[in-house]
Amino acid sequence: MTVAHVLDLLNTVPWWLVVTVKAVIVLVIVQTVFAYSMLFERKIMAWMQLRPGPNRVGPWGLMQPAADAAKMLFKEDLTPKTADPIIYKLAPFISLICAMGAFAVIPFSESSAGIWGVADVNAGILVIFAITSIGVYGISLAGWASGSKFPLLGAVRSTAQMISYELAMTMSVIGVLILAGTTSLSGIVHAQAKVWYIIPQIFGFAIYIITAVAETNRAPFDLVEAETELVGGFHTEYSGLRFGLFFIAEYLNMITVACIATLLFLGGWNAPFGLTIVPGLIWFVLKAGLFIFMYIWLRTTLPRLRYDRLMNFGWKFLLPAATLNLMVTAAIVAVLG
Amino acid sequence: MQSVIGGVVALAKGFATTLQFAFQKKPTVSYPNVKIQHAPRFHGLHELRRYDDGKERCIGCELCSIACPANAITVIGAENTPEDRRSPGERFAARYEIDELRCIFCGLCEEACPTDAIVLTPRFEMADYRRSSFIYSKDRLLVPQDAGKGTAPDERPNGIPSDLGSVIEQKSTVDIMAGYGATHRGEILKTERKGLAG
Repeated sequence: MTVAHVLDLLNTVPWWLVVTVKAVIVLVIVQTVFAYSMLFERKIMAWMQLRPGPNRVGPWGLMQPAADAAKMLFKEDLTPKTADPIIYKLAPFISLICAMGAFAVIPFSESSAGIWGVADVNAGILVIFAITSIGVYGISLAGWASGSKFPLLGAVRSTAQMISYELAMTMSVIGVLILAGTTSLSGIVHAQAKVWYIIPQIFGFAIYIITAVAETNRAPFDLVEAETELVGGFHTEYSGLRFGLFFIAEYLNMITVACIATLLFLGGWNAPFGLTIVPGLIWFVLKAGLFIFMYIWLRTTLPRLRYDRLMNFGWKFLLPAATLNLMVTAAIVAVLG
Repeated sequence: MQSVIGGVVALAKGFATTLQFAFQKKPTVSYPNVKIQHAPRFHGLHELRRYDDGKERCIGCELCSIACPANAITVIGAENTPEDRRSPGERFAARYEIDELRCIFCGLCEEACPTDAIVLTPRFEMADYRRSSFIYSKDRLLVPQDAGKGTAPDERPNGIPSDLGSVIEQKSTVDIMAGYGATHRGEILKTERKGLAG
C-alpha cells in the first residue's frame, strides 16, 4: 500500500470522522502538555526559590502529574448548602469547555498536505477571542453560585478585570490584523514569512503580554484567586475534580495565550534565521514554551498588584497605549499602501 | 519619563535576580538518602552503657529520674546477688524506662548520672506508628552484650553513627569541635562564666 492509496482511503472517510479524530488527538496532546506545563512551572518556580521542586514520584518527579490527577480524582466533591447546585456544578465545565474549544482553530504547523490543526477557520483569531471571552462566565458563575463571600469577591473582581483588559488586548491584536490584512491564523503566519510582527508591533506585543497575563488570572494579576486575601477566590468552595477542572482550564488558557502570541507576533511555525532544517512544529512548541516560561518567571518575580492600581493601569495606560499603537499602525499602513 | 525608565530598570533587576537564583546550587539535602553530619554533642536517643567487663554501669540510683524535668524516666532498682552480678555496685536497674515522647532531650539525666551510665546518642530517627512504642525499656536502651560498651559523649567521634546511612559533610561557619575539647560540660560552663565576668 503506497502513500497515494492511504490518501485515497482518507478521501473516502466522512469529514466528521476526520474532524473528530483530529479533535481527539489534539485534546490528548494538549492535556499532556497541560500536565507537564504544571510540573514545569512547579520545577522552575522551585529552582528560582532555591528548592529542588517535586522529585519523589518517578525519575526527576516526572510522574508527579499522574499522582496529582489521582489525588484529585479521589477527593470528595463538596457542594456548600448555600450554593446554587446546578450553576455551581456547571461552572467548571463552562470554563473547561471554553478553554478547550479555543484549540479547535489553532494551527500548530503546516505541511504540503495542509494545516496541522483541527480546523483552519478564516476568522480564527475572532473565534478564539469569542470562545475565551465566554470562559469568563465560568469564573463569574462559579463565584456567584458558591453562595459564599470570598468566591463572590473573586467573581466580581474577575468580571471587572476581564472587561478592562479584554479591551486593550483586542486593541493590541488589531495592529497585527491590519499589517497582515487577514484574520485567518494561518494567513497571519504566512504574512510573517519575512519579518515577524514582534518587530513592527513591539508595543502591541508588550501590551498583549501584559493583558494576556491579566486575562488568564495569573500573577501578578491573579486578584481573582488571590490566595493571600480571598483564600482561593472564585474556586474557594470547590474541591476534588471540579477544582481540578478549573485548574486545567487556567493552564489551557495559558497555553492558548502562548499559542496566540506565537502565531501573531513570533512568526508561528516559521523558522528563525532560515533554520528550516528543524521542523516547524518544533519551532512552534519552542516559541510557545518560551512564553509559558515567561509566565512562570513573572509569577516568581512580581508581587500581586493592588486592585485600584490594576484598574488604573488597565484603563489609564494600557487602553490608551493600545489605541495609540493601533492608530499609528493604521496611519503607516494607509500611507505606505 | 524618568520614573518610567526607573521602573523598567527596577523590573529588569528583579527578573535578573530570580533567573540567577534558578541556576544557583540548591541548599536542600535530600534527607533520607543523604544526611548532614551534626555536632558531636547532639542530643538524641538514650543509651545505657556497660563497663569493659560487660557489667552494666547503671546502679539503679534513680538520680536521672529525679533530675528529669519532664518526668520521662522510670527506674526500679534491685539488689545484686553473688550468683547474678549485673553491675559492680550493690544495686542494678531491674526496670529502666524512658518515655521518649515526654523526653525533651535536655541531657540532665546524663549530667546527673554518677557512673556515666545513661548517655544521649546522636540517633534521632525514632518515628513509629504507636505511642506505646515510644516507651523505651532496657531491651532497647542497654547496649547489647556483643556490641561493645557504648560511647561516652566526650569520646564520641564527630557526627552520625555509620549505621545510620550515608553522610555528607556539614558546612558550618562555627567550629563544632571548639569548646568540646574541654570534655566536661562543667569546664565549658566555667570558661563561659569567666568570659562573662571578664
